[in-house]
Amino acid sequence: MGKTIVEKILAAHTKDVVVAGNIIWLDIDVRSARDFGGPNVVKNYEENYNHTPVADPEKSFFTFDLVAPAKTIKYAINQSICRSFAKKHSIKVYDVNAGIGSHVLMEEGYIIPGSTAVGTDSHYNIVGAIGGFGQGMGDVDITFVFKTGKTWFEVPPTVRINIKGKYKFPVTAKDLTLYILKIIKTEFGLGKAIEFYGDAVESLPLYGRITLLSMVTEMGGIIGYIPFTDETIEEAKKFTGVGGFPIYYTDRDAKYERELTIDISGIKPQVAAPPYPHNVFDVDELRDVKVDLIYIGSCTNGRREDIEEVAKILRGRKVKEGVVLSIAPATKRVYRELLLEGVINDLFEAGAIIMNPSCAGCAEGHIGLTGEGEVSLNTSNRNYPGKQGKGKTFLVSPAVAAASAITGRITNPEEVL
Amino acid sequence: MKIKGKVILLVNKEGKLIENIDTDQIFHNSHLHITDINEMGKYALGNLKGYENYYGRARENDIIITGHNFGAGSSRQQAVDCFKALRVGIIIAPSFGAIYKRNAINSAFPILECPGIEKCIESRLLNEDDIVTIDFGEGAVKKDKEKIIQCRKPSRVQLDILKAGGLFNYGKSMTSSV
Repeated sequence: MGKTIVEKILAAHTKDVVVAGNIIWLDIDVRSARDFGGPNVVKNYEENYNHTPVADPEKSFFTFDLVAPAKTIKYAINQSICRSFAKKHSIKVYDVNAGIGSHVLMEEGYIIPGSTAVGTDSHYNIVGAIGGFGQGMGDVDITFVFKTGKTWFEVPPTVRINIKGKYKFPVTAKDLTLYILKIIKTEFGLGKAIEFYGDAVESLPLYGRITLLSMVTEMGGIIGYIPFTDETIEEAKKFTGVGGFPIYYTDRDAKYERELTIDISGIKPQVAAPPYPHNVFDVDELRDVKVDLIYIGSCTNGRREDIEEVAKILRGRKVKEGVVLSIAPATKRVYRELLLEGVINDLFEAGAIIMNPSCAGCAEGHIGLTGEGEVSLNTSNRNYPGKQGKGKTFLVSPAVAAASAITGRITNPEEVL
Repeated sequence: MKIKGKVILLVNKEGKLIENIDTDQIFHNSHLHITDINEMGKYALGNLKGYENYYGRARENDIIITGHNFGAGSSRQQAVDCFKALRVGIIIAPSFGAIYKRNAINSAFPILECPGIEKCIESRLLNEDDIVTIDFGEGAVKKDKEKIIQCRKPSRVQLDILKAGGLFNYGKSMTSSV
């Protein structure tokens, strides 16, 4: 019987039989810990493997992206604990200036198509966007992988989603993602590998694939894939700086556990309202919601193209008085590109705060936190109750975020274009 | 292994099991700097509306029953370890977030996937404060020696890691084959 994409990648990294439901021992090419989870990994390591070397320092990393730079002494101590451990074991640290770890390790050519990567980041399945296998794991798993270079894994069944129809700007990959979430919620994808087919997804450039496939986490999925096109292969080469990597496609005779077709014809920009990422509405249904804070960035929508879309809408305009707009590029590379292109200047003139590259408004970051009664629009991926304070967090595309920054309420970009 | 304890239901105002409880409701991100497991217990369910004070009433071997996709969201191990710190006996749900499930198994913390358990709550076969016994290896929930529901049996790897006392010890015992 034929194999699916995830089965092929896993099979290239194990001696065990790769069949959905089987437990395999999986070789891990890249492992990383962040400033969340990282100090716990160090503690676990020292308690269990004290003074013995890690399996492979060149495949192990620390990436400080959540509280970057440290905003309290407790986080400063935690980061210094990781730095000391890294020095002792000759492990590279991408420090508080580098940006979001998963993005950085792809940009630096460590995580490449066909490779396996794990980290203390639940959106590590973002690696599916370049045709690799990535998985967020807890600190016990990551400690174990630091020491052994492998871990156990249950081969996920693969399900297939066919996307029918087309969309055009101001509808974007984020709206497509939120619309899929609205339809499938968390049951269809829970514990599965999800493959997406159809022109609307297969024509997505890499940054759009990153948006959709990062939010497979919110669908409950293990990992998601969109088959590579010639264009995405070239983009992945440019993105990672590496050529000659394996590209896997699902065999014609492979079996999917379930299959679903979603028609996206005529969809509007979408907004996820609290309390769940799958609580999704057409933007026009929420147009009376007043906005206090806006955060643009995150692993889901922090690429150069995402922020350029924002600049296109904001250029020559002003953020409405009383609205705080904060933008954090995903990585140092993205920040630099935006700086050289003059995009950061335009956003500054419009009234935005430009943050250093990081996870910024996710977790208990420096921005995007709300007080009672406040509303924040985020281009990130989660809006669970209380996550970012007592206010309400809505998830939107960069274009909706930008349009709403001008008007001070949730706005369809068509209104301001 | 048998676990005997008191049922704690995570339910909404309508008395239905709450679905999609994410790790920020279980162990909020404002406590993520904590690395000592003994400090984690007091924040368990600290951001889940109606359960903010669970820490004060938690008892050893509590049997927590909750809804679909428990532990959605982040990869934080603390969302499992906070229950270990409180000596909670087991968490039972129709399904768990994928990362949460791994983290629980690796920490040797018992969880059971139990599709259909929501019906036992609706029909009041299982109620808050009931004393029940879980036959973990069999995946059975029993009350007054009578089986209430058959859950999915734990996988071999889950049982082996639990028996070893966690992934680290399990790995050491497997060194030759790993």
